Amino acid sequence: MLKIKNIHARVEEKTILNGINLEVKPGEVHAIMGPNGSGKSTLASVLAGREDFEVTDGSIEFLGKDLLKMSPEDRAREGVFLAFQYPVEIPGVSTVNFMKTALNKIREYRGQDTLDAVSFLTLMKEKVKLVEIDQSLLSRSLNESFSGGEKKRNEIFQMAMLEPKLAILDETDSGLDIDALRIVANGVNKLRTKDNATIIVTHYQRLLDYIVPDYVHVLYNGKIVKSGTKELAMELEEKGYDWIKSEMEVA
Amino acid sequence: MNTAIKKETISSSFIESLDLAQFQFAVEQRAKAFEAFKTMGLPEAKSEEYKFTPVSKWLTKHFSAAELSRQTNHVNESVKDLLNPEFAKNRIVFVNGVYNKALSSITSDSKITIQPLGEAIASNPSLPFDQLNINDPFALVNSTLWSDGLYINVPKNITEKKPLFIHYLHDASSNKVSVHTKLFVTVGENASFNIIEKTDTLGDQPVFNTISEEIIVEENAFFNYCKIQNDAGHLTQVANTTIHQHKSSRTDTYTFTLNGKLIRNNLNIIIDGEGCDSHFYGLYLTDGDTLVDNHTTVDHKMPNSFSNQLYKGLMDGKSKGVFNGKIFVRPHAQKTNAFQSNRNLLLSDDATVNTKPQLEIWADDVKCSHGCTTGQLDKEALFYLQSRGIPKATAKAMLLYAFAGEVLDVIKDEQLKNYIDSIVSERLHKGY
Repeated sequence: MLKIKNIHARVEEKTILNGINLEVKPGEVHAIMGPNGSGKSTLASVLAGREDFEVTDGSIEFLGKDLLKMSPEDRAREGVFLAFQYPVEIPGVSTVNFMKTALNKIREYRGQDTLDAVSFLTLMKEKVKLVEIDQSLLSRSLNESFSGGEKKRNEIFQMAMLEPKLAILDETDSGLDIDALRIVANGVNKLRTKDNATIIVTHYQRLLDYIVPDYVHVLYNGKIVKSGTKELAMELEEKGYDWIKSEMEVA
Repeated sequence: MNTAIKKETISSSFIESLDLAQFQFAVEQRAKAFEAFKTMGLPEAKSEEYKFTPVSKWLTKHFSAAELSRQTNHVNESVKDLLNPEFAKNRIVFVNGVYNKALSSITSDSKITIQPLGEAIASNPSLPFDQLNINDPFALVNSTLWSDGLYINVPKNITEKKPLFIHYLHDASSNKVSVHTKLFVTVGENASFNIIEKTDTLGDQPVFNTISEEIIVEENAFFNYCKIQNDAGHLTQVANTTIHQHKSSRTDTYTFTLNGKLIRNNLNIIIDGEGCDSHFYGLYLTDGDTLVDNHTTVDHKMPNSFSNQLYKGLMDGKSKGVFNGKIFVRPHAQKTNAFQSNRNLLLSDDATVNTKPQLEIWADDVKCSHGCTTGQLDKEALFYLQSRGIPKATAKAMLLYAFAGEVLDVIKDEQLKNYIDSIVSERLHKGY
């Protein structure tokens, strides 16, 4: 599904990704862990097409297409979804309107009919249950004065609405209490199928207790320095990132 | 040094040459205004009040004194094509500053007096319609050269919800025109009235237009006032609007500026009673070389009143925005709540905005705040929308519309709201 080959990327003059290689297949869950500043969020941003990042080398293939050539909106329409670490507050645009526009633009792109108001609302009600989000929030301005937990739940709600093939959760666990974390994780788990894949970007092992990854990769200085199964995450939790840092220095 | 002297000479000789002989009414009052204008002169380039808004330069470039004082009564029939069908039910029409009975159709409550101002002062010479606003030179130009206007008196306890649409049409198809009108409104105790005002020009010759408005809102009365400035002509307009609010009255004003050449709105609110509520909204959406300048003054003279100003601007092309908001809270006006916000989005590299709050507070137990922001479209918000599959152009339109929406949402009259909304939506390419 996703083939990342030797990706190098920078922001302004600063190189952040130093040759990332990663392959994700349908049905898989990959966790990307690493200390602050290792390049985790940059990788998520590069996949979603954020302009600030310049890819200087390497390639990314998504479902056989060159992802790097696509605009952010086309990536979304092809099935990439980024759950933002810091969801943006947009006064004056309600989540309902936003989702209706987004969903219909995606459907248009795929040659499907746009949804009428009734079908849209039916779909929305169904997805609202999945992420246990208060429906009244959705008619308010997007993320405006939402709590941290509400914002993250709204991200998962959007993911449920758009049904992506590849979901990238960028530090979705940061700032969540244990109840909110459980709700968000449940939502993600319910959306898993054998055809879609998930990349979880996180600093902590905690979220991985709820969403069990097939693979865990450790990112350090813009490179994947260790890959393993969920046991690697446990080991990291126990030994801390200094373990990785000192191992790297020795090497 | 030489150029300064030269300019001075142009300005005073220009003023001296104005021809007042043609006016048959308000002769004394005109002469007084003319004397005051001669003393004050046209604002110079460095004048604090007009430094961003070169009305004098534009005026002396396009008009001679003879042209400025000339009234154009001959008008092209097709000027009536400019009328809005949306507002046909209850409207009053002026063409080149002269009341046009044939195009007007008034359905407001018959207890309300609505008549041409010239006629009103002929029957009641003591009508206090002109307080000689000596703060603004163009108000003096108006009082010197006004051709006619409108007098509205809403008696006590009369509530009229249906807005009166006042349409000022200009025929500038073959000649430049100079048009000066007045509006004098009294909204009686417990009464309620609603005005929508609009200007439109036929042809592309320069139009110089001043409007002076005095509105008295009596105790517990409500006044709603909307100005739509979307004139496609070569129009320079200076509007002076003064609203006197008495005890427990409420005023809502809306100023929508969507097109024009040089547009200057002086909106002065005098809160002369306790328990007043005043809301002033502005939205300017400009492109090309339009300059829109909103100068507001809210003068809290009495305690326990509330005022709120929200002005928002979206500027594209080479357009310019100016906002200057003065709030005075007099020593006696304790427990005043006065708020002001001016927010701008610049949509091109050549668009500019100058915004300046001026608060003078002499009372010590008040809540006042002001804020002004100028920025560009939030890139992060744009990316967020795009990342959900929304094309960049649509995402941009959504964000701009949402920005403008804060002002559109507060319009109470549904028909007006739909009308403004349709113009704004079209302008922002909200085709999603």
